[in-house]
Amino acid sequence: MSSNSAASRKVLTKDEARALIDRDRRSFIKKVIGGVFAGSLLMVLEAGSGELPPAQLPGVRGREYGFADHRFAFVVDINRCIGCGSCCVADKREYNVPDHAYRTWIERYLIAEDGEVFVDSPDGGLHGFKPRTDIDKPIRDGFFVPKLCNMCKDAPCVQVCPVGATFKTPDGFVLIDYERCVGCAYCVQACPYAVRYIHPVLHTADKCTWCYHRVRRGLLPACVNACPTKARKFGDLNDPDSEISKILRSPEIITVLKKEMGTAPNLYYLGARQEVM
Amino acid sequence: MTELIGYVFPNEHHVHWSFMIVLYPYITGLIAGAFIMSSLYHVFNVKALRPVSKFSLVFAFAFWTCCTLPLLNHLGHPERALNMLITPSPTSAMAGFGYIYGSYGILLIMELLLVYRKTLVELYQRSSGALKKVYWLLTLGVPHVTPESEEADKKAIKFLAAIGIPWACFLHGYVGFIFGGVKAVHWWFTPLMPVVFLLSACVSGIAGIILLYILIMKYRGEEPDAACLKSCVKYLWGFFILDLTMELLDVGIHAYLRVEHWHIVEGLLNGPLHTSFWIMQLGVFSLIPFLLLAWMSLADVKPRLLQLSAAVVSVMILIQVILMRWNVVIGGQLISKSGRGYSAFHLEFLGKEGLLAGMIIMALPLVILYFLSKILPLWHSSSEAEA
Repeated sequence: MSSNSAASRKVLTKDEARALIDRDRRSFIKKVIGGVFAGSLLMVLEAGSGELPPAQLPGVRGREYGFADHRFAFVVDINRCIGCGSCCVADKREYNVPDHAYRTWIERYLIAEDGEVFVDSPDGGLHGFKPRTDIDKPIRDGFFVPKLCNMCKDAPCVQVCPVGATFKTPDGFVLIDYERCVGCAYCVQACPYAVRYIHPVLHTADKCTWCYHRVRRGLLPACVNACPTKARKFGDLNDPDSEISKILRSPEIITVLKKEMGTAPNLYYLGARQEVM
Repeated sequence: MTELIGYVFPNEHHVHWSFMIVLYPYITGLIAGAFIMSSLYHVFNVKALRPVSKFSLVFAFAFWTCCTLPLLNHLGHPERALNMLITPSPTSAMAGFGYIYGSYGILLIMELLLVYRKTLVELYQRSSGALKKVYWLLTLGVPHVTPESEEADKKAIKFLAAIGIPWACFLHGYVGFIFGGVKAVHWWFTPLMPVVFLLSACVSGIAGIILLYILIMKYRGEEPDAACLKSCVKYLWGFFILDLTMELLDVGIHAYLRVEHWHIVEGLLNGPLHTSFWIMQLGVFSLIPFLLLAWMSLADVKPRLLQLSAAVVSVMILIQVILMRWNVVIGGQLISKSGRGYSAFHLEFLGKEGLLAGMIIMALPLVILYFLSKILPLWHSSSEAEA
């Protein structure tokens, strides 16, 4: 081993050493110039422009979007929700939702031994939940229920909008045209789930969109991405391999909110107790 | 009505349809009621109502001009209001308002011009200057009448008034439908809502006419026509019986059925609305006028006393109707869609949709009525033949 290292060690002459240093210097200067040039380009071209995060919804990117090809649905698994509020934070950041207005919120249900139901949603669950100290009864059950737009198939908000500003897309979304909305709030009255509000700055109706802008780019809604327990699930019912399809075809008990309203929601609940309204 | 009760969904802490939406059905009610009052004379030939037949029309028109003000003040984007006419959504009950309101206005204007036609021609001949031009315009450039044209006008008046009655009913029944058609609000969701709105409209319109008739006559130093006043009071009593019956039936049926949503409504009526509904609307401002109206209609009340009591009853009924509008519009929104609580409403005084704005909007038709009276004589002259 020592003989090998001695063999590889070659004694350089003075000229050879100078030539080697000159070559490295040129190489160094080339690299500096290249780096400066590349850095300048980055100042002109926005870093990462045009690049999207990896696709989360199959069959959306890389082809012309076919409205009739998709049938999106949302499932909330109540048994998984821990009421951390991450979904609400993600939603507020995604849309800069004004204070005291809620595109999505979380409710805490506490059911006492005698059947009395206590529900609260401080700040819509945005900051999580502190233990309730105002109940002096033994509690037999407690759970969290995230709420958001039900994207009804027979949406009362769409029916009552006098100017057609609230409309339904063939792929299962109920959206608002903010340029057309007159701000009459009839839709706010008509929504049985109270997911709508009048935006204090835009002076139009506003509500959860299931992040339509993200979905059209093959991304999951912001709240679904943020949920640490996978309590919020989103997908295409036309894709038989999607988790949503599998859940809705499974023998699990699936419910919708206020079925008696005849709105036929596209938002489904897994594990919702009878107390949930 | 000051604090939240129970659990209210986070977006329900603010009541979106405020005092302006209380005033909107109140004003349309006054219009419809006054028009029906006028039609009782023009179509059904109730001669006793002749003294107020013209006034009722002008009264209806004055309020018609201001009917959209509370709505425009309420809209988040009033500059887009015409979208409802230009690109209406056929599935929306609200989208029909512009057309119903507009067509009713055209009918009202045509009726007014025909009823006043002979008067306008006379005024044109008597006046000079700018006023003469105004009258020329109001006679539609034909400032003369013949016995044949008068006969034709009478037929047209009768025809328009005959169409006007169902149209006025439709206008206000439709306003009730806007509320009754909202299934998400249990306090509104009843097929009786349009009927209750319509009957209360008739009641408020008649009460408004009685009150202003007495006040204006007193101001002019004249005596209101005793027979006319008595007839008005009888009609008011009749419509009030129907109105009150429907209001009580609406609550009574739901209370008796005791389906799930009744328990939520019951909590509203016995909670946040206890004072404004049971004590004020159905108690003080229904029971007392009801008894007074029965007494005035059935007993031989002396003219002076009739005038005083009719004025008092009219004021009370006008309050009763606005209480009913309040309890429906605001009350319905106090019920949380969570089914577990009640929201709160605070009426501002100076806010955009506050009490002051409401008072100004309610005063405007009276100002317009005053100016209209300078052009259109509100009362029949003693020499005028029956139209």
